[in-house]
Amino acid sequence: MPGGKANNNPKILVFSTEKISDPAIDMAGLLKLHYPPTVYTISIPCSSGVKPIWIMYAYEKGFDGVFIAADGSDCPYGDSCTEKTGKIIGHTHALMKEMDIEPARLRMAAICSVCSESFVKQMKSFNEYLLKNSNV
Amino acid sequence: MNKKLGVYICHCGGNISDYVDVEKVKQAVENEEGVFIAKTTIFACGDANQKEMVDDIKNNNLDGVVVASCSPKLHLLTFRAVTERGNMNKYNYVHVNIREQASWAHSDNKEGATEKAILLVKSAIAKVRLSEPLYPIKISSKKAVAVIGAGVAGMRAAIELSNMGCPVTLIERDHFVGGRVAQWDVLFTTNQTGKELVTNLYNDLINRKNITLLTGAEVISNAGSIGDFKVRIKKTPRYIKEKCNDGHLLKAIQACPIEVPDDFNFNITNRKAIYHNFPSEYPHYPVIDIKNCTRCGECEKICESVDFTQKEEIIEIEVGSILMATGFDSYTPAEGEFGYQKFDTVITLPQFKRIIDLNDKKLTFKGKEVKSIVYIYCVGSRQIDGDNKYCSRYCCTSVIHAAIQTKKKFANIQNYHFTRGIRTYGKQEILYSDSLKSGDIYLQSYEEDPPVVLRENGNTLVKINDILTGGKEISVKADLVVLVTGMIPRKDNKVGALLKLPKGRDNFFNEIHMKLRPVETVIDGITISGACQGPKNIMESVNSALSAATKSFSYVSKGMLALEPIIARIDKNLCTWCGACAEACPFDAISVEKDENKDIAAINNSVCKGCGMCLPVCPVNAINLIAYSDNEIESMIDALAGV
Repeated sequence: MPGGKANNNPKILVFSTEKISDPAIDMAGLLKLHYPPTVYTISIPCSSGVKPIWIMYAYEKGFDGVFIAADGSDCPYGDSCTEKTGKIIGHTHALMKEMDIEPARLRMAAICSVCSESFVKQMKSFNEYLLKNSNV
Repeated sequence: MNKKLGVYICHCGGNISDYVDVEKVKQAVENEEGVFIAKTTIFACGDANQKEMVDDIKNNNLDGVVVASCSPKLHLLTFRAVTERGNMNKYNYVHVNIREQASWAHSDNKEGATEKAILLVKSAIAKVRLSEPLYPIKISSKKAVAVIGAGVAGMRAAIELSNMGCPVTLIERDHFVGGRVAQWDVLFTTNQTGKELVTNLYNDLINRKNITLLTGAEVISNAGSIGDFKVRIKKTPRYIKEKCNDGHLLKAIQACPIEVPDDFNFNITNRKAIYHNFPSEYPHYPVIDIKNCTRCGECEKICESVDFTQKEEIIEIEVGSILMATGFDSYTPAEGEFGYQKFDTVITLPQFKRIIDLNDKKLTFKGKEVKSIVYIYCVGSRQIDGDNKYCSRYCCTSVIHAAIQTKKKFANIQNYHFTRGIRTYGKQEILYSDSLKSGDIYLQSYEEDPPVVLRENGNTLVKINDILTGGKEISVKADLVVLVTGMIPRKDNKVGALLKLPKGRDNFFNEIHMKLRPVETVIDGITISGACQGPKNIMESVNSALSAATKSFSYVSKGMLALEPIIARIDKNLCTWCGACAEACPFDAISVEKDENKDIAAINNSVCKGCGMCLPVCPVNAINLIAYSDNEIESMIDALAGV
């Protein structure tokens, strides 16, 4: 949305990992691959350390979507990361249903350290989904 | 709370301020709770600004600082150091990236970029308000290193550590040192043989008092952590006395009635149950392969040095760091892959290299003279659908070098290279050029249309739709088909699992950062080198071995270590010990302990890596990660949400 105000877009909170997905998000900036400026990142060591209560807190405070930029198989802490992050998503989906929050408002994808284009694609697609489903 | 904060917003010489209104950001945050100083600066990382920050911190007793600038990958450590020079705790510093994640990412939307930058800075302020001073976890470190694997990388690393005055235990699973390099003959670019290279290294290390070489030795358990690894090693006997009579031993080898495929020659020849890999193998005396030995007693009759009373030993060592140099395996083609194991004229590159070494004057294989050789490249590498997506890097050079050596050593050889594009990078391009000049023929295909190996009238034919001649089908009659196989991770990788070393997508050991921390692993104190980390040639392996040796030495040199204090923390009041956290921890850093009348979880501070995997599994939310507590994360969310 060139020239538009930031707050026209849904707000997306990204939990990104310091060693893997942060470099990809940084590189997206370096390459000037644009995505909505209402995407905000909080860096954490590993995607399998995200607490579901943090995600729920973000919805409570008005975020429209939460995206976990997962380490996937690149996780430096071991190959159990993908499975563990998946379980966090599953658990959070259950909490979201309890609170009548559409599970599609939580997304996860593995973002490797050079997956800048993939990250931008994910953000654009998530943003479009949230725009189209603004009543979710 | 009640911190006095300094906030610095960087122009980055226009990289930020061209798209983000930095003055507006400053105005938006200068009245935030706790902010005592808010400034913009042309270059936050510049000397003048760093000095000004130090003065600000000292003169105003600031106890929290935020710099909004570029990626923390570039300058987090710079500004942590600035705060330390101002006598402030460096963990009360928070870095916020408004360049890659605001100005550049949203250069198409200046207003949006500015609004985002404001919220990012506010969230950093919220985090720093809650930050606590932290102090590195200090532990003592044993001045000794275990090097696992006595190939070229491991031996070179051991020598380097020895040069630095560090005691080394060099642990080799095989009974002989040298690893893969001992199997190679003449090497590019020096024309030394692999055996010569191994001999030089062995002669250097064997007389050093601070290197203990254990062969036939395997790591069977590991306890402890950086600074204090307790490694147990199982050492299997050679069943030969050290000071033995060479002449009698040779006769004993000849007398042995057992023959088994010889791993050293990639199973193209057989060896006896009492054997050495080659006549001057190190250590010099042979070994009895007890798994295949029938105890017939023939060798004992001839040689007094045979000693079946030798027993397996368990050796325990304590070291401050472990350096991995466990090497690679060669890809074994599947049965029928390009005719492998279907046609007896199809072999792999490592087998071919042994054949060149073993033959003299005339190149023969299975009794037939070889004149026409077809090399099929990228077998088991660069697989679109298979597991090995990566390029093995060394194989193009290795096969071209082998092809040249074949022509030099034997008469009337014609080489046909069936490639998927040649990758002889750097100086290795000289070999490609030499090969072309010598008349080698190069053909090329794509992966989806590979060459086909077939038998017609007793002849082996290789067909290719050669893209260099517009897709023309070309058929070559081959006396020998060499499958140019790449490197794969060790199939038997128990030691990696035992040390909990993470693996990458290619299944080789994974470094923390391929460019900036290329030999460190996420397991503090364990470094990786050579081809256990991914395909490498000898020069690259030795480079990484030297780097790993230096890094490992840095862990043990001072006898004391300072570890990052960002680890998990248990709330003793909330914890009711269910064990879920211990189960989730990939590093065994959590155990149960008694606290007054109940069991609770306890974190081993020197083992915890601060990954946070234990956090979400706690049913009573009794675990927080220092610097990423619920309060800190939620305060950041509040700020980003604009509440």
